[in-house]
Amino acid sequence: MYSEFGYGILLLSFFVAIYSVVAAVYGATNKSLALIESARRSMLLMFPLISLSAATLIYLLVNDHYEVSFVYEVTSRSMPTYLKVTAWWGGQAGSLVFWSWLLAAFASAVTIRKWDRDIEFLPWVVVVCSVTLAFFIGLVVFYENPFTRFWSVGGAVEPHMFAPANATLFTAQDGRGLNPLLRHPGMVIHPPMLYLGFVSFVIPYAFAMAALITGRTDDRWIRLTRRWSLWAWLFLSMGLVLGGRWAYDVLGWGGYWGWDPVEIASFMPWLTGTAFLHSVMIQEKRGLLKHWNMILVILTYDLVIFGTFLTRSGVLSSVHAFANSPIGPLFMVFVTTSLVVSIGLVIWRWPQLHSETEMKSMLSREALFLLNNLLFMSILVVCFWGVIFPLVSELFTGQKVTVGPPFYERATAPLFSALLFLMAVAPLSAWGHSTFETLGRAMWKSAAAASVVTAALFFTYTKSIGALIGFFLIALILFVTFQEFWRGARARQKAQDENFFTALFRLMGRNRRRYGGYIIHISMALMAIGILGIEIFQSETQGLLKQGESLNISGYDVKYRELASWDSKGEGVNYTRATLDIYQNGIYIGELNPRIDYYFDSQQNMTIPGNRSTLRDDLYVLLVDWQPVSSDGATFKIFVNPLVNWLWIGSLLFLVGVIFAAWPDKDPVEERTRASRQVSQPSSAD
Amino acid sequence: MRKFLYILTFTFLFSLLFTGAALAQSNTPPTDDEVNVVAHKLYCPVCESTPLDVCPTDACRDWREQIRSMLAEGKSETEILTYFEEQYGARVLAEPPKHGFYWLIYLLPPAIILAGAIILFRSMKEWTTAKVQAPKSNEAPPAKDDYLARMEEEIKKQK
Repeated sequence: MYSEFGYGILLLSFFVAIYSVVAAVYGATNKSLALIESARRSMLLMFPLISLSAATLIYLLVNDHYEVSFVYEVTSRSMPTYLKVTAWWGGQAGSLVFWSWLLAAFASAVTIRKWDRDIEFLPWVVVVCSVTLAFFIGLVVFYENPFTRFWSVGGAVEPHMFAPANATLFTAQDGRGLNPLLRHPGMVIHPPMLYLGFVSFVIPYAFAMAALITGRTDDRWIRLTRRWSLWAWLFLSMGLVLGGRWAYDVLGWGGYWGWDPVEIASFMPWLTGTAFLHSVMIQEKRGLLKHWNMILVILTYDLVIFGTFLTRSGVLSSVHAFANSPIGPLFMVFVTTSLVVSIGLVIWRWPQLHSETEMKSMLSREALFLLNNLLFMSILVVCFWGVIFPLVSELFTGQKVTVGPPFYERATAPLFSALLFLMAVAPLSAWGHSTFETLGRAMWKSAAAASVVTAALFFTYTKSIGALIGFFLIALILFVTFQEFWRGARARQKAQDENFFTALFRLMGRNRRRYGGYIIHISMALMAIGILGIEIFQSETQGLLKQGESLNISGYDVKYRELASWDSKGEGVNYTRATLDIYQNGIYIGELNPRIDYYFDSQQNMTIPGNRSTLRDDLYVLLVDWQPVSSDGATFKIFVNPLVNWLWIGSLLFLVGVIFAAWPDKDPVEERTRASRQVSQPSSAD
Repeated sequence: MRKFLYILTFTFLFSLLFTGAALAQSNTPPTDDEVNVVAHKLYCPVCESTPLDVCPTDACRDWREQIRSMLAEGKSETEILTYFEEQYGARVLAEPPKHGFYWLIYLLPPAIILAGAIILFRSMKEWTTAKVQAPKSNEAPPAKDDYLARMEEEIKKQK
């Protein structure tokens, strides 16, 4: 009954999406406002419809309806209720519904805004959102139905949506339970964040397409979607960071990023999205790069879909798995079609997208932004090729290969370093024109300070050249950025006769985007400290310890005290927990409890590290193995991850920076800048 | 930087060879750390994206024990890696081996990036030189003094 209801609603929303596409296209081409309005309303109807269907699914999940195959696969009786709810996105079918639900929410939010002057965009924005929605709901309705139930047909149990002839409903006693790795709080928030980021990039793309189709190719679409892009970027970034934190906390390999194809799949749209956020500024300030911005937003959209395809189609495990599931080819067709159509539109409008001014100097801000774009695209090339190479290899040689961290680290390290360098230089270069002399004059103090810091680190901390280059670049970014804050605030202090902090506060408030951007740069520098620390200075050791014995690493003594193992019947978990005493340079500093959790329902282990985290380093201990009978010997793996905490501190600051930049308000300074450039009309929306 | 990394890798590999040889002579069993250095460069075909040194499954534990006994026999890291590659295919290596078709993974990205850079620099050159050749008449004449410039700024601000 519930299943039929949920499925029926989904089916209905699929048809509503199709109707909305047809009505919007027909309305736009025949200039029928009534039809466009009807399309808009059906678009708005999608959200409550999918919500209703999702609510039904959640009801089934929470109330242990194990006759439903999806519920059986992702939940079990022993799971707490909140995990049963989040199991919604813990499996293929549910996560596609979740994706559609988020997209419907965003599409609704964008359609209820005031359209006034931009009414010509409306039908095409509706078309893009509805086509994407129809595709995803279509996948759910026809191929990955979360409402499919088990039926007993002549002794065999088969999953079907509707009862086959002579079948009775089959209800399993208990479910298989969610993959224990996904029961971590980090995993509860990580996918929604990532999906939010994915989905919200659909909106800028939709406006870009609307601009191309209507021929209104000035930068109106960019101004309308600027904040959307920023929020999208924020969600995607936080999704990536939370994923890293989750990996660090539960995957038990001492790191946060393993260059896993699934990670890279979500990193790729982030790369083009970040390039896009930078290059739209060139279009806004200087009227350049209109083609390029279109291409970037198209790439971002298609990488979002491609990323979902990579993780959802099974193609990563094998090219052949891809062919076996209908989802893979459908995704492929969708990605290719949207790419061809969008690029076709760009070519069609090519002459209208000409630049309004010229590039004047190779060192101007816009030229450096272009370099930044080149670097982001280069990292994308490395990632893309690395992800698809195993498939290419399997196709051409029949041999699968692994493309692991060594490849990516070697290829991207110089590119990331160059990005850091640009982050230090670009804020000092002027729009329009800069020379080595002006740059040098603006930079020498920061460069001198950064050199002093680097020299100090050389004598006290490290002799590694790679690390010293990294630290120099990070220090340079920090000094340059602080100098920019200082200079701006001082100038305002003098001009307005305010005290320094009021001046700084007002300056930042009036130029949110600029100073938000600087905060983000600082956060990136802090994150780079963490990445550098773990990449270059990580040390590890492993050994079998008897009670009372200890392992020594980087000034820490890790002494094995005891091991306890017990079942927690209520949770369906067996815990094996070691207690270790930690000494630093001979002084007792506390205990750590690495453990292994065994989940009975899914028969899987989870390795939870014992972690002692300080600003200087993390002592990260894993319980690898233990002797089952005597329990007096156990193997531990210990990592010392220097500076890694700065990665998480940087991420928090990043959050602050993006929110600061994206917070909706009227921006008088920006209004003036807009007015001074020849934009068709000043804008107040977005 | 890269050169430095190469030197570092070589010294590292060399020292490994050395420790391998030393072990063979002294007959002490290889430590977990020595096993993990090799295991870190391998991936079992089942546990995707998890390097062998940290993979908790029983199959991977067996592989690690195999590495341990091979080290004890005095085999070098390269020999062990080659053995696993021959037994289970190229996919067990952390990155594709540098021969034949697999060169594509290493060569294609730099080629594309280089092409991108050349295209970018050429077009930037074109844009900037186009500006130099253009008549300068439509550019504003330089302000005579500071006061004029400030006035203009003020007027701009009030627009």
